[in-house]
Amino acid sequence: MITTEAVERSFYDKVLAATPDGEQLRVCLECGNCSGICPFGYLMTYPPSRLIAMIRANRFNKVLETDTVWMCVSCYACTAVCPSKIPLTFGLMTSVKEELLLAGNVPAELQTALANSQRYGNPQGESPRKRADWAKDVKPDIAIMAQAKKQVDVLWFVGDYPSYHPRVLSTTKALAKVLNALGVDFGILGPDESSDGDSQRLSGERGLFEMLAEKNGKAFGKYQFNKIITTDPHAYNAIKNEYPQLGISYPVQHFTEYLVERLEQLKPMLKREVKAKVTYHDPCYLGRANGIFDQPRALLEAIPGVELVEMAHNHANSLCCGGGGGGMWLDGFQWEKAHARMSEWRIQEAVKSGANILAVACPYETPRFEDAVKSLNIGGQLIVKDIAELLAESIG
Amino acid sequence: MNIVALFKLVPDLVEELEIDQNGTALNTDFLRLIINEFDDHAIEQAILLKERSGARVSVLGPDIEGADDVLYTAASKGADQVIKLTGDFQGKANNHAMARAVASTLKELQADLILTGVQANTDLDGSMGALLAEYLDMPYVGYVSGVNTVDGKVVARKEYPGGLVAEMEIKLPAVLGIQAAEQPPRYVAVSKVRQAMKTATIEERPLAEADLSGGSTIHRMFKPEAGTRAEMIEGSADEVAARLVGIFKEIGVL
Ligand code: SF4
Ligand code: SF4
Repeated sequence: MITTEAVERSFYDKVLAATPDGEQLRVCLECGNCSGICPFGYLMTYPPSRLIAMIRANRFNKVLETDTVWMCVSCYACTAVCPSKIPLTFGLMTSVKEELLLAGNVPAELQTALANSQRYGNPQGESPRKRADWAKDVKPDIAIMAQAKKQVDVLWFVGDYPSYHPRVLSTTKALAKVLNALGVDFGILGPDESSDGDSQRLSGERGLFEMLAEKNGKAFGKYQFNKIITTDPHAYNAIKNEYPQLGISYPVQHFTEYLVERLEQLKPMLKREVKAKVTYHDPCYLGRANGIFDQPRALLEAIPGVELVEMAHNHANSLCCGGGGGGMWLDGFQWEKAHARMSEWRIQEAVKSGANILAVACPYETPRFEDAVKSLNIGGQLIVKDIAELLAESIG
Repeated sequence: MNIVALFKLVPDLVEELEIDQNGTALNTDFLRLIINEFDDHAIEQAILLKERSGARVSVLGPDIEGADDVLYTAASKGADQVIKLTGDFQGKANNHAMARAVASTLKELQADLILTGVQANTDLDGSMGALLAEYLDMPYVGYVSGVNTVDGKVVARKEYPGGLVAEMEIKLPAVLGIQAAEQPPRYVAVSKVRQAMKTATIEERPLAEADLSGGSTIHRMFKPEAGTRAEMIEGSADEVAARLVGIFKEIGVL
């Protein structure tokens, strides 16, 4: 007979096995750092440290009856502070979400995004055939690999929101302008590109992630290029750290990393002053998860007129915008539980820093932060811009 | 109890539709098919009934592109039997022809309860459920949003305009046109669907020769044409408002 205890025991083993360095779960000190730093930890029935306690006590069934694990936005803050170096975000939290998902305990909003990703290759449910439509009115013409039939130096992995979201399109076009100004030989996949799948993975849909990664892997394999750059830190994280485990290995850089390497060439082009106090928001998957803190700041400082100021939480301590790990598709669910938005907390910090511009480097952030500016009714005090937009403005 | 959920595949409106050269049908070159949303709810309702009171659920639909995905997904949700109807009915088949042909399969399956979407965007000659009920000589209730089984009968919830809800007891066998299941169709993890692809077998059953009588004939298919009586008001918000006030005064409502 299979006892509940055996099932729970097996979950413990499964989490251990599914988690790189999962054995680490055994060395949790129950210090509570993780739950303390978790932005929504106070709303979780089982924040990370309590989850570990439940799993160790073989009482995981109780966890499956709750839904507050869906408050986790995979921000990596817990992982960064854990003294025992337990892979909490992509190990524990993601494994628990996976179990909830298989048990059918998934908020409806998230289901829609996952179903869209499955069918259309993007969470918004946009037409995959129109993935490169944004490039139609961009001059000079952008090479779409299937049509260009040539080798390029850089394959630009554009991403979901940069390809379709009306606000983020301006970032996309700005980055195209910067790349063109630098004379970069680049191409995009267009309809051949699928969602990078990273946020789907971190919301517990491993199978979907693998499906999307395989599709992208096939698309990469069809063309000749030297490296990949991404607009989106989530795509960067996936291609850099996760795709190789599936046998898809390419050199990849986030665009801020790529541009910093060409800063000497870029600097003389940055002619127009952007006279403003600018504060920079470290995206979780660029900063905490991948250690890229200086490159985006170096780009901002290269823009004449920019005075860089820091918010109270910066670098590895940065606050999350609330969009990661499925948070992008759980706004309604999380609002019902929290009656608060992480993006608003961050905007309040940005205002306190005295900045007039909040600079970002992740496509989730412009729309999230702009919405927060609107809902806080502080329009006029702070504007939100992607680094690519600021660079393009300065080039003129 | 044997529950059969019947689905059809319809053009996915996420992609733009194009009309073919003859001007009487959709251009199928770029067409992508998707399960009719209401049929997806019919499948969900069948699975919910099975989970609640036990039943054998069969899901069936025409053997066209996209059908396998629907059937494997249904299997991973808990359908006991998944069936593809084979035959040369693509393109010209109308609902009358389909209903007549499917009726005999439904008899073979000894269906007690037949659930299908209440409508589809390709219905040109009436809805499937009502036609099926006619050919099978069974009772039919459409626009159903919730079903329960009680003592070998079913009780269906049907919503009416004005916020009225009726609960109707229906003797079996019967056909119900589902508008909405009690909960939205569930998401199935990709790993589960992949599992179903390995374990479930899609049965193939040939459909009888299509008898097309009773259907409609398309003379012309076209995109909505802009009317000539509409006036588009352009300008700033103030200008538009001033022009609107002017128009309301002209026609005497202000
Ligand atoms: S990843 Fe972030 S949101 Fe998730 S549990 Fe850790 S600290 Fe909390
Ligand atoms: S921070 Fe690490 S060691 Fe401390 S309770 Fe959390 S998981 Fe355990």
